[in-house]
Amino acid sequence: MADSALARAVRWDTVVGALLIVVLLLSFTTVDGFGNALNLSFLIGNTLPIALIALPMTLLVVSGEIDLSVASTAGLSGAVMGALWNQGMTIETIIPICLLLGVVCGLINGLLVTRLGLPSLAVTIGTLAAYRGIAQIVLGSDAVTDFPTQYLDFAAGRIGDTFIPYAFLPFLVLLAIAVVALHATPFGRSLFAVGASEEAARFAGIRVKRQKLILFTVTGLMASLTGIFWALHYASARFDNATGLELSVVAAVLLGGIDFDGGKGTLGGAIAGVFLLGALQNVMSLQDVSAQSQIVVTGVLLVLSVLGPRVARQISVARAGRRAASASTSAPTTS
Amino acid sequence: MTHLSDAGPAPVLALKDISKSFGAVRALRDVSLELFPGEVHALAGENGAGKSTLIKTLAGVHRPDAGQVLLDGEPTLFHGPADARDAGIAVIYQEPTLFPDLSIAENIFMGRQPRRALGRIDHKATHGATLALMQRLGVELDPDRPARGLSIADQQIVEIAKALSFDARVLIMDEPTAALTGSEVARLFGVVRTLREQGSAVLFISHRLEEIFQICQRVTTLRDGALISSEPLDGMTEDDLVRRMVGRDLDELYPKQDVEAGEVALSVRRLTREGVFTDVSFDVRRGEIVGLAGLVGAGRTEVARAVFGVDRWDAGEVEIDGRKLTNGAPSTAMASGLALVPEDRRAQGLVMDMSIERNIGLTGLRTTVKAGLMDRGAERSRSLDWAVKLQVKYARIADTVNTLSGGNQQKVVLAKWLATGPKVLIVDEPTRGIDVGTKAEVHRLLSQLAADGVAVLMISSDLPEILGMADRVLVMHEGRLTAEIPRSEATEETVMAAATGRAAA
Repeated sequence: MADSALARAVRWDTVVGALLIVVLLLSFTTVDGFGNALNLSFLIGNTLPIALIALPMTLLVVSGEIDLSVASTAGLSGAVMGALWNQGMTIETIIPICLLLGVVCGLINGLLVTRLGLPSLAVTIGTLAAYRGIAQIVLGSDAVTDFPTQYLDFAAGRIGDTFIPYAFLPFLVLLAIAVVALHATPFGRSLFAVGASEEAARFAGIRVKRQKLILFTVTGLMASLTGIFWALHYASARFDNATGLELSVVAAVLLGGIDFDGGKGTLGGAIAGVFLLGALQNVMSLQDVSAQSQIVVTGVLLVLSVLGPRVARQISVARAGRRAASASTSAPTTS
Repeated sequence: MTHLSDAGPAPVLALKDISKSFGAVRALRDVSLELFPGEVHALAGENGAGKSTLIKTLAGVHRPDAGQVLLDGEPTLFHGPADARDAGIAVIYQEPTLFPDLSIAENIFMGRQPRRALGRIDHKATHGATLALMQRLGVELDPDRPARGLSIADQQIVEIAKALSFDARVLIMDEPTAALTGSEVARLFGVVRTLREQGSAVLFISHRLEEIFQICQRVTTLRDGALISSEPLDGMTEDDLVRRMVGRDLDELYPKQDVEAGEVALSVRRLTREGVFTDVSFDVRRGEIVGLAGLVGAGRTEVARAVFGVDRWDAGEVEIDGRKLTNGAPSTAMASGLALVPEDRRAQGLVMDMSIERNIGLTGLRTTVKAGLMDRGAERSRSLDWAVKLQVKYARIADTVNTLSGGNQQKVVLAKWLATGPKVLIVDEPTRGIDVGTKAEVHRLLSQLAADGVAVLMISSDLPEILGMADRVLVMHEGRLTAEIPRSEATEETVMAAATGRAAA
């Protein structure tokens, strides 16, 4: 039992969770202005776009694929929202249209990957450029800011004087759905198999292509939801909203221990990674660390996040090897 | 226990009282072995008996904890594989690793090509030296041909040629025949005989007993890391050898029960996949084991893949219990009661990084579910139940399958599919690369399944297995079904004649 506790301790997602707690505690005690409720609500609010996209991205990376077009889908969604608002449509009509647009964007990625058998990295770099280009065509260089105040208040406000933004609550619901989908349903179980060995999954009757298509579509939907949130949260719909967000999402997800090669990781780890990244960015801003230096830190974290889980796994493999070795001597030889 | 020859040549390489432990596991205990020039020496034993450790000790990969390695009678210490290679010891593995984009000659002389002035590679000399090696082995392979696309058999020949180019005097062949066809095995054996006549010592490992008797003069048997015997093969029977390997009499390698065949369970009609197989029709009845024989590449595996749905077919139809299957849909085939134990257990049968529990669980994602969520208790008990039924040897059900031996991995694949309660079971090379004890277990299991009314289609390149287990033998040749032979008429001759296209259906 002590052995299994040790083995758990070297699991990377646990390491990241512990790291997040350490960073939060250190920041509370040593960083001026970190602990007050307003700053914390900023931290959460600014991290929410990364967190929202990280949910489907985690499932996608577990299944061995990736979507780099998410930030462009978000930008396109925001741009279309702004353009339609300028046309005089109501926001209640616009939001479903934008979400549908996200579904279409995701579906295009998914079909290119599953029907044509193209690598998702290449496909989504292509659509990253394409979706962003369309966003610019739709909205040009305008910035639309006059959205209805109740929506802006919801996206930017917090509950009373607490540190919890309103938008955090629906996120928790989506998080719960994603955790259950990945870790407690047959669908999620089969994603791990697909990511670890697509061929073996196919031979076990798992409908690999259909699953990937669903994942890309949901990712598109979540990206457009994020685009809508982004435009309302910052009260600005521009074609270049959320530019570069995909790198933060991928960095955070990998930092959270999701294996880039697929088949390994937990949503808990991924979300810990997201908020670790968010907390570090917040602390650096409070300390007046320049934006350029922040990017350097994010880059270093990304490299560490790829390296860390591998080191952790090697430690636990070595441990398991020793365990298996000592177990097989005592195992009865029955055949 | 050690065999000491008082006459004849001295051993070129010997192990004396070697022990080697990994943690608490004693992989080898006081094992001795002598390899003589001009002799093919078999190393026999079940999976986990210590054969690999012994080979790796000879090849300088492992250093023994106790005992000596004697080269020409002199105690030697190999500091690594390079030391052993320089001493003239070469290992030929089951699946060689060549550089696919380099030519045969370049592969053989990698890193030590003959040079011309200014350090330029002398292609002509490389070519000539390779040609000479091929002639010495009595095979025709173009030295300039790239390694990509060579059959595994040809790749092994290249490895052997490479070993000879290092002046290897001791060749260790680790299950070289596992992936070869009959004629390829014959050619390999020709090469081995040539080497023997030229005075090489060969250590030969194979799970196929008939091969050991065919090519070897002496056999050393290991069991649980200990030396059981080292003796001439002359006068020994297969049963003797099996007894030494498993430590008891094996009930029977082919325990086929007679079963009255029932209704047709699997019906394949005029199935065609363009360029792969053509117009294949056959039935498998409940209670039957139908063997599907043929040379590697005849299209047997491809038919199985299409029937199961991982590949699409272009024409024809497949029915299970009279219900047509959807083209290219494994999930509907599974739902209809079809199971396929695929050829390549590491790539297709198992997710190697996943636990035993989850691998078996993969086929139960529709059944071990409560209110749309995984029922972990049900999943675990289903997996445990089948792992125990098939006597899989493991430490914990949560261990990943890559910690298991090949035979136990195959049992996990079988468990995974038997857990679905199939009506029709297709097994593709069910006993390839697994030891004789486990092989007998698998055969007993297949026989029992048939007796319980399952229709079994067994693809195998192991002819004795086909003849020993099948009620009927279907034979494929170049993508077509060329013969259907009842058990009473099935012999090596009739099956091979159809497999090589010498007999019409």
